[in-house]
Amino acid sequence: MLRVEDTQVSVEFSPELLNKFADVVSRYPAGKQKSALLPILHYVQAEFGWVSPQAMDKVAAYLDIQPIEVYEVATFYTMYLLRPSGKYVLEVCRTGPCGIVGADKIMDHIEQKLGVKEGEVTADGLFSWRGVECLAACGFGPVLQIGPEYTFYENLTNDSVDKLIGDLKAKAKN
Amino acid sequence: MGRKLLLEHINVPGINTFDVYRSKGGYAAVEKAIKNMSPEEIVEEVKKSGLRGRGGAGFPTGMKWSFLAKPEGVARYLVCNADESEPGTFKDRYLMTYIPHLLIEGMIVASFALGANTSYIYVRGEMMPQIRILERAIAEAKAKGFLGKNILGSGYDLELYVQPGGGAYICGEETALLESLEGKRGNPRIKPPFPAIAGLYGCPTVVNNVESIAAVVPIINEGGDEYAKLGIGRSTGTKLISAGGNLKKPGVYEIDLGLPVEEFLYSDEYCGGIANGKRLKAVVAGGSSVPILPANLFLKTINNEPRLMSYESLADGGFVSGTMMGSGGFIAYDEDQCIVRNTWNFTRFYHHESCGQCSPCREGTGWMEKVLHRLEYGHGKMSDMDLLVDVSKKIEGNTICPLGDAAAWPVASAIRHFRDEFEWHVTNPSAAIAGNYGLAHYADPLPKLEEKVA
Repeated sequence: MLRVEDTQVSVEFSPELLNKFADVVSRYPAGKQKSALLPILHYVQAEFGWVSPQAMDKVAAYLDIQPIEVYEVATFYTMYLLRPSGKYVLEVCRTGPCGIVGADKIMDHIEQKLGVKEGEVTADGLFSWRGVECLAACGFGPVLQIGPEYTFYENLTNDSVDKLIGDLKAKAKN
Repeated sequence: MGRKLLLEHINVPGINTFDVYRSKGGYAAVEKAIKNMSPEEIVEEVKKSGLRGRGGAGFPTGMKWSFLAKPEGVARYLVCNADESEPGTFKDRYLMTYIPHLLIEGMIVASFALGANTSYIYVRGEMMPQIRILERAIAEAKAKGFLGKNILGSGYDLELYVQPGGGAYICGEETALLESLEGKRGNPRIKPPFPAIAGLYGCPTVVNNVESIAAVVPIINEGGDEYAKLGIGRSTGTKLISAGGNLKKPGVYEIDLGLPVEEFLYSDEYCGGIANGKRLKAVVAGGSSVPILPANLFLKTINNEPRLMSYESLADGGFVSGTMMGSGGFIAYDEDQCIVRNTWNFTRFYHHESCGQCSPCREGTGWMEKVLHRLEYGHGKMSDMDLLVDVSKKIEGNTICPLGDAAAWPVASAIRHFRDEFEWHVTNPSAAIAGNYGLAHYADPLPKLEEKVA
């Protein structure tokens, strides 16, 4: 079900990134640095666009834990992308309350507009999309979010989705 | 119009900044608590307030605090559960976005009361914007001497950190949350020991919902007795309700507990009725996990009394004809919604979110999802309804954490109250795919009962 893609790309953590890691580790008692794992994986994903096996191994070495302890966490939590994705991943809420106000139609529209199926990447490498479970914005559905900032777009319509995709394309060009 | 204790200043421009929040009386509870009260007195006020946990279970907060073990020389922790993921619930996001200092203030008072010197706010990872907002608010409070070493010259130290989750509903369960905060998979722990004895890093820990911690602020400011005057019976104080679905005015509302549901649903002060002139078919009153009720049973109890927004009234009739307050995730369904499809959607959610630790939940949720899928898409059998009830009964109560129950209740209640709609899907598969069952009899007045049901 969950496939971790191995691209054999070597990963280097920049000094800035390592500073962020150290700041996170300082929040926990001595010896409890494993607590930093989830925040650090978020930083890794923000930096590289996904969480690769090479990055996971380096995180394990950094936190002085076994690689399996990183793999089991990265594969458990749904936010971590385990294969290269589009620059912008449109994550559409598909659960109950969004479902009854049209989330399925929005996902159909996105699929048609981008021309790729759920989880695939557009040819220009800019977009992928997927349905995700409840994003806790049920009063403003349908909603989608885009990492790594996880900006929210609420009360979606086909037109607002078209505009959003257009804006992101323009942003990527600049 | 009810009193607003949490959201009174929500519309004040700049209330998300320390200075404006302070100018509206913010951080008075910290001053009062740290300068004039002992930790025991604070716990006592919270007990007197009757505050019940706002995350869903409704367990008295003061009682939870008093269970905290206090062995010498062992750290204690307060962890705020901001992993808001229950479908239908979005009040904590709202509170953290617009009035973050209320949560920070509550965290300081509660940490002081519990003797915690390090506290964490575990926020679901998708709420990155709210994490940034909270981190900024914490930095402001620290710069003003309300956090860090020697708060307000009292000698009390507190560090407060925000921890992002990774996208897992299960981490809203308190022991799964603690596992996650320790950097592990969110598999709930077997209880006992309860977190009050062995929680984060094996130390005594209290885990409270965002809204519960925010409510500590007015309780300290005004006193537990004053807080307890609001509300009705054992449902004291105010409650944030996340109203969504087919409503004219969806959003977060602060209500006095005890407000009639009809007023909440139809008055212009609150939801303003059903959108697009449609009629109400069903309501999920407290987040996706609680039993769904048809319109008639939701508005009136089985004894034909008006139902109120309170823990007791919503639960009136038990699971036969009642539901639960839950987390206050209020979802309204209009006449065009299909109950089978909605039940399938919810079950897919629970299957997706099951941590996989207990087989009844891991396998049962997937099984129910498949059966509901075939019912929705015209391949169902008449025996499927009994099968679903049977599977749900075998999940319920047989799992380590309540996710199993949460997955079982929506299915069992949908079949209990909407069985004819399920049967219609079996007998009219093509019609069920093309159209929907409509409102049917679900809003009709309840039959008169000769005698009151005990």
